Amino acid sequence: MNTIAEIPNEEYILKCTSACAGCGDMLILRYVLKAAGPDTVIVMPACCTAAFQGIYPKTAFSVPVVNSAFGAAAACASGLSSMFRAAERKTKVIVYAGDGGTLDIGLQAMSGAFERGTDFLYICYDNEAYGNTGMQRSGATPLGAKTTTTPAGKPEVKKDIDAIIAAHEPSFQATACSSYPQDLFRKVQKALTFRGPTFIHVLSPCPPGWRYPTEKTVEIGRLAVKSGMWVLYEREHGNLTISAPSKAAIKKPVPLDEYLAPQGRFKGIDAKTVEILKQRIAENHRRLVAGEAVP
Amino acid sequence: MKKIATGNKAVAEAVKQVGPDVVAAYPITPQTEIVESIADYVTSGQLDSQYIPVESEHSAMAACIGASIADARTFTATSSQGLAYMHEMTNWAAGARLPIVMVNVNRSLGPGWNIWAEHTDAMQERDTGWLQVYVSTVQEAYDTTLMAFRIAEHNDVLLPVMINLDGFALSHIMQPLDTVEPGAFIPPIHLPNVVDTKNPHGYGTLTGPADYFRFRWEIEQSMRDATNVIKETHEDFSKYFGRTYGFTEEYKCGDADVIVVSLGTLGKEAEVAIDILREEGIKAGSMRLRWFRPFPDLDLAGKEVVVIDRDYSFGFGGVLAHSVRSKNLVEVFSVIAGLGGQEVTYDDIAEFVRNRRIGKEFWFGVNDRV
Repeated sequence: MNTIAEIPNEEYILKCTSACAGCGDMLILRYVLKAAGPDTVIVMPACCTAAFQGIYPKTAFSVPVVNSAFGAAAACASGLSSMFRAAERKTKVIVYAGDGGTLDIGLQAMSGAFERGTDFLYICYDNEAYGNTGMQRSGATPLGAKTTTTPAGKPEVKKDIDAIIAAHEPSFQATACSSYPQDLFRKVQKALTFRGPTFIHVLSPCPPGWRYPTEKTVEIGRLAVKSGMWVLYEREHGNLTISAPSKAAIKKPVPLDEYLAPQGRFKGIDAKTVEILKQRIAENHRRLVAGEAVP
Repeated sequence: MKKIATGNKAVAEAVKQVGPDVVAAYPITPQTEIVESIADYVTSGQLDSQYIPVESEHSAMAACIGASIADARTFTATSSQGLAYMHEMTNWAAGARLPIVMVNVNRSLGPGWNIWAEHTDAMQERDTGWLQVYVSTVQEAYDTTLMAFRIAEHNDVLLPVMINLDGFALSHIMQPLDTVEPGAFIPPIHLPNVVDTKNPHGYGTLTGPADYFRFRWEIEQSMRDATNVIKETHEDFSKYFGRTYGFTEEYKCGDADVIVVSLGTLGKEAEVAIDILREEGIKAGSMRLRWFRPFPDLDLAGKEVVVIDRDYSFGFGGVLAHSVRSKNLVEVFSVIAGLGGQEVTYDDIAEFVRNRRIGKEFWFGVNDRV
């Protein structure tokens, strides 16, 4: 594990963007760019980050950002990556997309890009809903969570994008969380050492969407991991390793209610739904500890 | 070099000679022979390009966009449903000012499934900011593909170009083809504003109304400037290779009383119809539009005009008829013919002219009589 001292001081996002107070995404992007360094191009579909990148002719980023249509980021990155490799340029291509742009509308383009062996890193920052448009459900919204289009709580379970990615057999894939920046930093650096497609799925707590006070973002992210609801791991050439914070959490998780109770989106969730969540968490832990990426 | 080739093969030959850096493509009938041929050239080392076998047309255009932002010369080909599927990205390509060259093999849109020629697919793209050109022979398909790269990449244009070939009627028929070495006719690509990590910029960033409006106006200015670039390119092409092209191809229009206006292969049928009509004493001429965007000035003063549309805008009329009517303030006889690959012969076209009723619309094969 890196110490904080090993993470570069360079900043690649200007301060005072229009991101919400307490935004988990801002933390994630900050450490992603610190890990990737200046010779990086970000490809970004419609998402929260696209909304707070600044208004022309200004940009809040000190690396090039290529905006793309909502469902097209991975394909657009394929074109960039292909041209960079043909020109023997080592510039890193990173797709930085939300959960809607990854699990839903961007799924086909992403699957195609992984299957074709595109040389890029795909990062999905996951706040478990369409945040930019005001918190509608996405394929990433967990069972029981209220959004503006699931006012009674989402009746379906979260889509397992990590299993879908695993089926594409990338050299490296990982999960991370904005509350564990050193773990995230290290995983991004590692992902960028591989040729071909790599994937990091990062949980991004969202104060307005998840309905908790803005100062609790780090705490909520830690509770997601400590309760076992979110598991940190990496999978290199098919070998799955649970990351240290989740190893401890799987052995001795904090009660799930400690994660659910502070969040308005889970207010009024019924005991039966909580029980299903607990069963799914237990099954997920069993499977990941056994090294199985796909259910 | 002289050979016999299909329209599709002619396009692929032209692409091979221009040598794009990146080709991203997805198969669709009747275009598939183009991308198959290009894949074969790349595999056999005849063409040094990155071939990206994308999973959809939406991704084909997105990959061309990404590559073009990284300074690539890019090409793709599609048709019909594929063009409709990439429509979001065709808007993006023009708005981002990327000189992507695409061949669209014109085909009807479902349902019902129909793979034959119709221009409605391309007409649905007419407001995206793409230059559009329609060709009528195998040689013209080849020559126009060569010219399209030079026109798109010209710094006064920097807009994508769509070359339209009639499905089967041109894509799959064989005609003589004279291929050339383009040499200095196609200069190396030098795009402004390519992505550079040493000089980072945002591409397609959030843009307020004033700047967005200005960017739209700049697209229109370039579309107008493209008229000169197309003219120069036609002239230069003639000097290099001896074949002459214009915004339109006119046949016996000079002394004509009545002119048939059309697009694509129907324009070649129309020329035969003109000869038949002239033998009957009807002074007819044919004006086949090559360029549809930018839309050319047409010399139709004092003529009766018959427009054949192989497309339709429901609730309104034939798109070409409307364009000719409104751009030239002239009434026309609007014939809707050839949709879904309906056969339209030179005898049929002669009959349209004989029975013309200026100001009326006629659906060939549906309305019994003109």
